[in-house]
Amino acid sequence: MIELINVNKSFDDKHVLNDINAQFLKGKNNLIIGASGGGKSVMMKCMVGLEKPESGKILFDNRDMLSLDEQEMREVRREIGMLFQGTALFDSLTVEQNIEFPLRMFSNMRAAERRDRVNFCLKRVNLENINKKFPSEISGGMKKRVGIARAIALDIKYLFCDEPNSGLDPITSRLIDALIDEITKEYNITNVINSHDMKTVFDIGDHIIFIYKGHKKWEGSKDELKHAQTEIQELDEFIKASYFQ
Amino acid sequence: MLYKPEKTKVFFQRLFHEMNSIGIGSLPIVAITALFIGAVTTVQTAYQLVSGLISKSVIGTIVSDSTMLELGPTITCLVLSGKVGAHISSEIGNMRISEQIDALEVMGINAPGYLALPKIIAGIIMIPLLNIVAITLSIYGGYMAGELSGILTHEEFVSGARETFKGFTLVFSMIKAFTFAFIITSVSSYQGYYTSGGALEVGESSTKAVVYSSVLILFFDYLLAELLL
Repeated sequence: MIELINVNKSFDDKHVLNDINAQFLKGKNNLIIGASGGGKSVMMKCMVGLEKPESGKILFDNRDMLSLDEQEMREVRREIGMLFQGTALFDSLTVEQNIEFPLRMFSNMRAAERRDRVNFCLKRVNLENINKKFPSEISGGMKKRVGIARAIALDIKYLFCDEPNSGLDPITSRLIDALIDEITKEYNITNVINSHDMKTVFDIGDHIIFIYKGHKKWEGSKDELKHAQTEIQELDEFIKASYFQ
Repeated sequence: MLYKPEKTKVFFQRLFHEMNSIGIGSLPIVAITALFIGAVTTVQTAYQLVSGLISKSVIGTIVSDSTMLELGPTITCLVLSGKVGAHISSEIGNMRISEQIDALEVMGINAPGYLALPKIIAGIIMIPLLNIVAITLSIYGGYMAGELSGILTHEEFVSGARETFKGFTLVFSMIKAFTFAFIITSVSSYQGYYTSGGALEVGESSTKAVVYSSVLILFFDYLLAELLL
C-alpha cells in the first residue's frame, strides 16, 4: 500500500498540492482523476520521487520515501514500474533491449535467462516477433504495451501509469485498460493510474481519488462515485465534462 | 554523477561505445581539418618570409611548433565542440524532453552517472588521442604542401621541425587537449541534461553547448598559456 500524509508541493508561489492525504491500495487499480492542471501529474511525480514535496510523508509499505537517503530511495525505486504518458522507451535501443534494460541493470540473470524473461513479458502484453524493432517502427498502442512489459520485467510491487490512454484510439485504449487491470490483479501490485478518462474509471477503477485545484476533494470506491457526484459539485462537473468530451 | 555505477559491465560497455562514437566517429573531420591547416600554415608562412636572409627551414619550425602549441589542440577541439558537443547535448536533451531520463530515475538509476560520466571519460581518453592524430597529420600536411609546391625541400622541412623541438611543447599540447576534452563533454552534458520544453529547446541547448564550450576553450587556451609557458 502507498499512503500520502499531508503532502504539500509548490512551484514558486503557486501551491500545486495542498495537504494531500490519500491511500493507494494493494492489488487494486487506484485512479487519480481530475482536470488538467489540477495537480495529478505532480502528485504522481512526488510519489515516484521525480519531484520532492516541501512537507508530508509518502509511505511505500511504511517506508517514508522523503526520509530515505539516495541509496535507500534507489532500492525502493527498483520495486517501482512506470508507464509514462509518452512511453519513454529508449529510442536508441530495440524493443528487446528496452525490456531487457532493467534486467541488465539490476539482476544477475545470464543472457539466455534475460532473453526468456523478455519473451515472457512480451507474450504477457500480447506482443510477439517485434523483438528487433526500434520504438520508432511500432505503433502507439504497441509502444504502450512495450512500456508495460518493461515496467513488469523486474518483480515490481508498485506500478504507476501516467495517462495510459493518451493518444490512443478508443479500441486500443480499452485493450490497454484491460491489460493493466489483468497485470494488477495477477501480480497483486499497487497500481496508481493518472487519468481523466471516465471510461477507464468505470471499467477498471477500484479506488478513486479526485483532485481539484491541488486539493483532494474525494476518495472512495467506484460504487460510491455516483453518490459522491450528487454531493460534490466539482466532481459532478468534471464527470459531466469528461462524458461531453 | 560520481556514484559507483549500478553495473560495472554496463558502464564499460557504454564507455567503449562512447569512445568509438567520439574517437572513431570524429576521425575523418579531425583528419581533414588537420591536413589542410598544416598545408595552409606552410604556404602562408612561406608567403610572409620575404627576406632571403632567413632560412626556409624556419617554415618547418613554425609549422611543427604552432601545430603542437595551438593549431592541433585548439582548432581540433573547437571543431569537436561543434561535432561532439552538439551531439552530446542534443542526445541527452532529447532524452530529457521525451521522459527517458525520468524513466531512468524512476528505475533507480543514477541518470547523470549513466548518461554523462561515460561520455566525459570517453572524451578525456579519446580527444587527446585525436590531438596526437591532428598534430601528426597537420605536420604531414605542411610537409606535403611544401614539397609538392616546391616551397621547401624535404631536408629543410625536417631539419626545421627538429631543430627547436622541445618535449614540453608536446606535454603542453596534451594538457590543453585534456582540459578542452573535459570542457566539451561536461558543458554539453550539462546543457542537455537541463533541457526543458520541446524540440526548439533541444536546439537551443545544443547551440549553448557549442558556444559555451568554444568560449571556455578559448579562455582556458589563454589561461594555460599564461600559467605554463
